[in-house]
Amino acid sequence: MKITIASGKGGTGKTTIATNLALVLADKGKEVELLDCDVEEPNCHIFLKPDIESKIPATVTMPKVIEEKCTGCGICGEVCEYSAIAVVKGKVLIFPELCHGCGACKLFCPEDAFVEVSRDVGLIEKGKAGKISFIQGLLNIGELMSPAVISGVKEAAGEPEILIVDSPPGTSCPVIAAVKDAEFVLLVTEPTPFGLNDLELAVGMVRELNIPFAVAINRSDVGNDDVKEYCQREGIEIVLEIPDDRRIAEAYSKGKMAIRELPDYRKTFETCWVTITDLHQAVLREKQHPGEKATGI
Amino acid sequence: MKEIVVISGKGGTGKTSIVASFAALADKKVLADCDVDAADLHLVLNPKNERREDFSGGKKAKIVEDECIACDRCIEECRFEAIAYPLSENGNVPAIDPIFCEGCGVCVRVCPVEAISFEQAVNGEWYVSSTNYGPMVHAKLGMAEGNSGKLVTLIRQEARDIAEKEGLEYIIVDGSPGIGCPVIASITGSDLVVVVTEPTLSGQHDLLRVAELTAHFRIPTVVCVNKWDLNPDITEQIEKEAEGLGVKAAGRVRYDTAITKAQIVKTSVVEYTGGAVSEDIKSLWRNVIYTLG
Repeated sequence: MKITIASGKGGTGKTTIATNLALVLADKGKEVELLDCDVEEPNCHIFLKPDIESKIPATVTMPKVIEEKCTGCGICGEVCEYSAIAVVKGKVLIFPELCHGCGACKLFCPEDAFVEVSRDVGLIEKGKAGKISFIQGLLNIGELMSPAVISGVKEAAGEPEILIVDSPPGTSCPVIAAVKDAEFVLLVTEPTPFGLNDLELAVGMVRELNIPFAVAINRSDVGNDDVKEYCQREGIEIVLEIPDDRRIAEAYSKGKMAIRELPDYRKTFETCWVTITDLHQAVLREKQHPGEKATGI
Repeated sequence: MKEIVVISGKGGTGKTSIVASFAALADKKVLADCDVDAADLHLVLNPKNERREDFSGGKKAKIVEDECIACDRCIEECRFEAIAYPLSENGNVPAIDPIFCEGCGVCVRVCPVEAISFEQAVNGEWYVSSTNYGPMVHAKLGMAEGNSGKLVTLIRQEARDIAEKEGLEYIIVDGSPGIGCPVIASITGSDLVVVVTEPTLSGQHDLLRVAELTAHFRIPTVVCVNKWDLNPDITEQIEKEAEGLGVKAAGRVRYDTAITKAQIVKTSVVEYTGGAVSEDIKSLWRNVIYTLG
């Protein structure tokens, strides 16, 4: 089962849920791998304190000109949709940060004057946190291409029984990269106007991607009931509610795991997982036998 | 004219609540919501749209079914795995998934029968609005769309134009979390970055990466620890480390449920309560102005 923990709004508790869920499942003897795909600001390591065993660069492909072959014809500049190549006075200038690695310049160069090289844009770290396999990506400071690092993290993943992905916040390209091949998405929100607005955007995104999903409400007793009413109206299941418990906030602030500090919450996460797997099974059944009612999509 | 950008590294630290209060405290300003993929400032400032424009972040390729000869050249050359045969019905020719198409145009150019159209796609919309606090520029990015950096640049430019035309003193920008494309687009060339963080190890870790980013682009930066009293020790550590990176502490805002309550009644914190938390934000704003000189 590949599950991605995502949210429109930042700071709603994705990392808390991803790490605690991973630990609860690993403690029950499941084979769990956790991928921290919030490569701009990865935080899972603060809580899981993994031993990092290997580091590999996250790279993108970019073109390089073979000066001797280049005639300065300018076709590469014309076919680059990202303005990453300019041909000035017969000389090819490449702007690496703007390159998407589409290969157009190399493909359409009439002189075969391009080679492709890889450029480091981040780092992928792999290790173990107890029984949990752990991988995180780190975007280099000043780089734009977080989706490339996220793809690198995913390529480094194995095929565990349960794969948990911690996504960045928002709904744009990095989030799509983190969410796209998930079998189930858990959208984390909080019961405030900002939480609701951003949840609606996130729901729009997972529906567009056609992935089954459910909602988790963090700090569920602050704010108002609008999020619950919205979920009810839309037929979206709420599979986890975590109250605004100062002890959880304190554990979080110190980088401690909620279920270790407050064992009462272990059951909460276990129940949540059972509900999620039931929903996922229902979706699979629905696919095989259309007509039965399933959640989300 | 000075441009102040509020960002956070870590999400959910209170950027938008603080920007809404700045909106109430600042004289002669224009507001810009550059957190385009999860915009929330409009929920507090209640803008009335006066102008609406489509946003196009780039082109998208589309296969014209009747003209396609199913030679698969496009599938072979697409690096983004955006082209495939649909699983069900009309499965005779491939289709391009607009979510994964990056608009590189390679398929368009390799197609031997010119069966792929390539047009500007509408990825969202943006607005110039009036609010009780002054003009505001904001946007809505389409579902599952990219190119947020381009939209951020456009919104900032529009806000700048308004500030110039109306002789305004401040451009106040609500930024997005992270350190990637939209954040870089929202800070480059600004006068001051205000980083709002929280006293947790995550907040501390994320602030350091943001501070490195603003140093990389040489933008003056100050930090504010929100909910600082939840962990005074980490607050002090954060301020000390930030100072070491040339980032001064501009203020501390205490934890107060008034911040959530103000959001629910759609008003700024400083208008909602005259309590100590409002004094904290006012003091932060005074320091921001002082830092700008």
